[in-house]
Amino acid sequence: MTPVQALIAKELRSYFVSPVVYVVGSVFLLIVGLLAYLYVVFAGAQAIQLMQMQGSAQINLNDLVFRNLFSSIRFILLIILPILTMRLFAEERKLRTFEFLLTSPIGINEIVAGKFMSVFLVFLGLLGLTGFLPLVLALFSDFDWYPVLTGYLGLILLGALFLSVGVLASALTENQIVAAFVSFGLLLVLWLLAGVGSLLGDTAIGQAISYLSFMEHYDHLVRGLVDTKDLVYFVSGLALMLFLSHRVVDSTRWK
Amino acid sequence: MIEVQQITKRYGHHTAIDRVSFSVAKGEVLAFLGPNGAGKTTTMRILTCFMPATEGKAMVAGFDCADQPLEVKRRIGYLPETPPVYLELTVTEYLQFVGRLRGLSGKILTSSMQREIERLGLGTVQHRLIGNLSRGYRQRVGLAQALLHDPQVLILDEPTVGLDPKQIIEIRELIKNLAGSHSVILSTHILPEATAVCQRVVIISGGRIVAEDTPEQLSARLRQSEKISLTLKSPAPDTDRLLKSVQGVQNVFTSGAPGTFLLECELGRDAREEVARLAVTSGWGLLELKAISMTLEDVFLQLTRTEEGLAQGAVAATAEPAGQPA
Repeated sequence: MTPVQALIAKELRSYFVSPVVYVVGSVFLLIVGLLAYLYVVFAGAQAIQLMQMQGSAQINLNDLVFRNLFSSIRFILLIILPILTMRLFAEERKLRTFEFLLTSPIGINEIVAGKFMSVFLVFLGLLGLTGFLPLVLALFSDFDWYPVLTGYLGLILLGALFLSVGVLASALTENQIVAAFVSFGLLLVLWLLAGVGSLLGDTAIGQAISYLSFMEHYDHLVRGLVDTKDLVYFVSGLALMLFLSHRVVDSTRWK
Repeated sequence: MIEVQQITKRYGHHTAIDRVSFSVAKGEVLAFLGPNGAGKTTTMRILTCFMPATEGKAMVAGFDCADQPLEVKRRIGYLPETPPVYLELTVTEYLQFVGRLRGLSGKILTSSMQREIERLGLGTVQHRLIGNLSRGYRQRVGLAQALLHDPQVLILDEPTVGLDPKQIIEIRELIKNLAGSHSVILSTHILPEATAVCQRVVIISGGRIVAEDTPEQLSARLRQSEKISLTLKSPAPDTDRLLKSVQGVQNVFTSGAPGTFLLECELGRDAREEVARLAVTSGWGLLELKAISMTLEDVFLQLTRTEEGLAQGAVAATAEPAGQPA
């Protein structure tokens, strides 16, 4: 077992012995399940209306359920992922294990990567549990799997970006609450940049600001459009956040 | 094994340590003695590659802390001031994690864990969560962590803090046993600890090394005169004068309780016999007579109080007469 694997194993262990993951996980699954139920009921009601008016109904689950659901999950992730990431570095600093970690024969890049990977795995687990929704729906209806899968790809990329912002925020402070709010704030800013961009309209600056927001990139994926530009956005954003985290962790040694 | 050359660490305008140099040979135990905020922890943090020095060079086991930190870290066992334990893990889980982090695996990891659990008496608590353990046990888990990969160099920041007296003695024994095969630096502000386990003492104050020697040498260097404490039941008015006339006695102080005197004598001359005879023949009622040797505690207090003079080698030039009856 390499040092990074040891760190990931330890972090996962820490996650699952604390109640945080269970609480966050249940809330997440509950809300997602509830929303899915509402969207399906809503779609059903629409179908019944159409039947009465036209005699037949062909409703599109992709549009009525999945697109709405993916849009909603984006907002839920914005709130719950900072709760998962807040402890990563802040707790180490508070409990004075930070010094131990940095004097162990493991590089700072490995520490940052290990911390990120552990929370990413937790997130993938949670996201995997939502997989039963499309599976159950597939039993009773027909829909196009392709945009659902690209939507999940979008969720994975979006989650990774959110988590990396959380890692950075956690590295900045030794107070977990502050870490959660800083990452929440940063994510909200990234969200609202889309609004600022559209206010500025179709100018170069407006487009540049819109590009910085995850909104349109994520929307493309949810609609089934896999564009390299969007993938580049997520991957480069993730890399930038992890790089900044590395710099922040490194700089705490100098103080 | 450890070579520190002229390291300086500044935090903004504050200089935490100032041109500190010392070295530790293989198998030697060195005590770092100093009041709080003297720069002990800073020095240790530089040696463990936690933070870089502003100036100067630190070498551990032939590797430069600034250039090859990973190599240095592999060869060091470090116990910080606060034991670095994860409260949500059990003792075995924690040691397993530490071992893997340092590249141990399989049978070597299991046997190393077993060795340290036995050595530090953690057998009864090995499956309990560290968060539920007392301060003393956490400290021992911290020590087990530092020793787990059998490092060449051990750096222990106040290793006996939080332990009960029996455990303190055990840990000191442990450190003594490690000497010879391991190089150890330990910081402490408990003086008997330094005398008990270390071959050499570095006294640091205000970020600078003010003295470096064996515990015995240090007290000898500081003792510029022999001192005798004398208690009399009924001293006469001219007792002072008569005492001073004894051969070898240089000074007589009478401060303190009535009837107590402090005599300062020439170095290497024991005036006790003469003084006793004089006291008896004069009928002063001799109650107590004893030589005062300087404890490391006095040395420490004097050194950290008069560091300026000492830094230039004028050892204890300004040492003030201890006017209190011992």
